Amino acid sequence: MIDIFHASVIVLILTVFLCLYRVLAGPGWENRLIAVNTIGTKTIVVLVLIGFIYERPLFLDISIAYAMINFISTLAIAKYLGRGCIC
Amino acid sequence: MLNTLALIFIVIGLFFMVVGAIGLIRFPDFYTRVHATGKCDTLGEGMILFGLVLYEGMNLVAVKILLLVIFIFITSPTAVHAILNVAYTRGVEPWKKGDERR
Repeated sequence: MIDIFHASVIVLILTVFLCLYRVLAGPGWENRLIAVNTIGTKTIVVLVLIGFIYERPLFLDISIAYAMINFISTLAIAKYLGRGCIC
Repeated sequence: MLNTLALIFIVIGLFFMVVGAIGLIRFPDFYTRVHATGKCDTLGEGMILFGLVLYEGMNLVAVKILLLVIFIFITSPTAVHAILNVAYTRGVEPWKKGDERR
């Protein structure tokens, strides 16, 4: 089962590189923002899988904090671009 | 038995993740890219983490993972909808048939 986790992490990192192409080449801010949000979602899963591979449940707390930071930063950027200020 | 079920869930979740990433590259427009990634990533992430819950069994780690799944099922479509709403407000044109890829 550990080999399955290793293979899952490798496949997820390859998909992160696919999204990174859209971050670098995508026209305009909106494509870059949606690609960064997608990379953040994949990073959460990679953190949980790393916690299972090394048998350290501490990584779960890190992934929960990362999920909150990802959500709040995306909402803050969207609000700033929509209104002109974060207020 | 439970390990086999967890393996099936993880493989289906990986399939959805890969399909979402390919859609992010291949689709011609911003709105179609949002359509690809906003749903595929949420479902794929939920299925991978639910497979890990089945592998772990019921303890504190499984409860934390279930809380993470519920949190992401609420917040990920919300964030995607916020980006989409701002893009529509600022005037990003939808792609029509016959246009070139953007």
